[in-house]
Amino acid sequence: MFILDEILSMSPYCLDKGEKDKKYREGLKELTKKHYESCFMYKNMLDNFSFDINREYDVNEYPFLPVRLFKEYDLCSVLKENIAKTMTSSGTTGQQVSKIYLDKTTSANQTKTLVKITSDFLGKKRLPMLIIDSKSVVKDRKLFSARGSGILGFSMMGYDTTYALDENMQLDYNTIEAFLEMHKGDDIFVFGFTFIIWEYLYKVLAKTCRKLDLSRGILIHGGGFKKLIEEAVDNDTYKAELAKVCGIKKVYNYYGMVEQTGSIFMECECGRLHASNFSDVIIRNPKDFSICKKGEKGLIELVSLLPESYPGHCILSEDIGELIGEDDCPCGRCGKTFKVHGRIKTAEVRGCSDTYEK
Amino acid sequence: MKNDKIKYLVGAHTPRVFPLEPYSNEVCEFLDDLSGVLRKDITAKKYSDIMTLAFWCRKASINKMKHEFEDGKYHLGRGLVFHITPSNVPINFAFSYFFGILSGNANIVRTPSKDFVQVKIICDTIQNVLKNSKYKIIKESTLIISYEKDKGITDYYSSICDARIIWGGNEAIRNIRQSPVKEKSVEIVFADRYSLALINSNAIIQTSNHEIQDIANKFYNDTYLMDQNACSTPHLILWIGEDKQGAKNKFWENIVKAAGKYDLAPIKVVDKYTQLCELSIEHDDIAKITKHRNLLYVVDMKQIPDDMCSLRGKFGLFFQHDIEDMEQIASKITDKVQTLTYYGINKEELIDFVIQNHLQGIDRIVPIGEALNMGVHWDGYDIIGMLSRQISVSS
Repeated sequence: MFILDEILSMSPYCLDKGEKDKKYREGLKELTKKHYESCFMYKNMLDNFSFDINREYDVNEYPFLPVRLFKEYDLCSVLKENIAKTMTSSGTTGQQVSKIYLDKTTSANQTKTLVKITSDFLGKKRLPMLIIDSKSVVKDRKLFSARGSGILGFSMMGYDTTYALDENMQLDYNTIEAFLEMHKGDDIFVFGFTFIIWEYLYKVLAKTCRKLDLSRGILIHGGGFKKLIEEAVDNDTYKAELAKVCGIKKVYNYYGMVEQTGSIFMECECGRLHASNFSDVIIRNPKDFSICKKGEKGLIELVSLLPESYPGHCILSEDIGELIGEDDCPCGRCGKTFKVHGRIKTAEVRGCSDTYEK
Repeated sequence: MKNDKIKYLVGAHTPRVFPLEPYSNEVCEFLDDLSGVLRKDITAKKYSDIMTLAFWCRKASINKMKHEFEDGKYHLGRGLVFHITPSNVPINFAFSYFFGILSGNANIVRTPSKDFVQVKIICDTIQNVLKNSKYKIIKESTLIISYEKDKGITDYYSSICDARIIWGGNEAIRNIRQSPVKEKSVEIVFADRYSLALINSNAIIQTSNHEIQDIANKFYNDTYLMDQNACSTPHLILWIGEDKQGAKNKFWENIVKAAGKYDLAPIKVVDKYTQLCELSIEHDDIAKITKHRNLLYVVDMKQIPDDMCSLRGKFGLFFQHDIEDMEQIASKITDKVQTLTYYGINKEELIDFVIQNHLQGIDRIVPIGEALNMGVHWDGYDIIGMLSRQISVSS
């Protein structure tokens, strides 16, 4: 897609509201048309929603797909033989997982985008990389679970990639110490999933007196605070506690989902999540899907220019968030900034019949 | 039977089998007492479903049922009834239990294993009212329990009961039927059902402002009140009559107003919107989708699919279709169809429709607003009749 190629050649946070809107109007129109013409399920949906693909629409008027649809249907806009890889979400056992079909172009664009975005935080130079996870997660290359593909995706940004946990998810002190010794005095790129880091790095370090010096580390982590909220750990506590046990000062959370890999939303130095040139965020009022004002909580819709092989360019998440601002973050980056308040609560559904024993 | 896996909520570990006549005085009095206590209870008052139950079992209401049952013949409870009640609704276990005692039986009631506040309130109240010595027989013949899925326990209670009542989905029913009952036992099964409504547009057009608001509130109670998730709640609205479009506009406008009080939690919005997307992906016979904010989605169908029961909504998502008369859809009424809710139509015509077409579906025909009203006739069963035996006497 022309627009995407153009954006890929720019600095990732340079577009202001006006410029971005122009590009997205064009980009979303093109993507929507493409998926309409090549994915019959998407076409059915748009037809039933009386959406006219030839008309001009505002960015926020494009139909959005609830994430759950990717679990229930094989939504794909390319021929089977052109699918380069299929990504799945890492749902817990028994849960249905999302299936995201990538062709070469979309897959390559995801990687390029991820590099663009993260290098804005890590610098242009590749850094030695420490992954707070076990190598076994990525061993089976056929299973591109969100966790595995996340690790592989971010690995592009580092060298001397080293796994901090062994096969049994135990902290591998010897390996880590050797790695740190080798890169003494260098900045280090530390990567992992929010919960895994907390459970297998933080908790272990907090219990022992053995120290790990990650003071030169830049941590990027994602995956959500869902499990940590139960332990009353929010982003601020997370950062403070990690700094306590290993001296790490630069900690960036990111928000993203397997349905829109690549165009992640990074947390900046001011603690705000940012939409980059590659993505946008729209907070919607659950009552009528109207657009929430700054500071008003609503459902998070995610927009990305990357999905060309599956109709995932406008997605309605099951997360509640709130807009902080646009083009006005003290960190200097353009784009919308927002906060995520977590997953919507499951409701007690009333009714009179249900499978009793399964 | 004593078992660690069983949580005993009310009554005797081994209920005493002591058949009574249906609608016996002690049972009617007990239910009225229970009704009074529940209606005065501050905590219970917070739950509209408990209040409905309490209203249902008050003296006037029970007397009406009793009067309808009396046929001058001799009846006695069958003995012991084993109830397996739905896991996702708090109240139906109590209705099931009431059916059991009203028909003169001892009862073992398995309540939902999920912790519903309502179950606790009702069980505690039953326990308290049963302390009165005049309800000794009822107390001795009542056992209310809960247990997680356990075939051994289900096997045992099934093997000793004279009647078994199962509420549940098809799979659950199949599973429970793996546990045999006594040769002579009877079984009542409340399976998954489907319901619809028939509205005469002429009648809607003629309603006054006040009347249409009343109808809208009644429809709200039939649907939104239970998240449109009860078996008897209509999913499909069939329209007959002249100015259908005018009637629909008037009707849905008022439904939107009536549903203003509905607690539309974000999860419900996402569920409902997801369902709308699924429908749009799967159906090519949708004529039009009308969204009234996220409170109400109305899907116009070009035609009714053969599998009519697949047209299911949730949290305020309805299907509608225009017909000239009911005959047009007679072939689509399968045994899965339970309740036909109507407005502006002569009920005799509807009864004729079911009988003249020799249908296997439609067990209930009720005016709008009464879809959820539980009765001793349900899913085509005469429940009290089924749970009691008739002693035939010839002179």
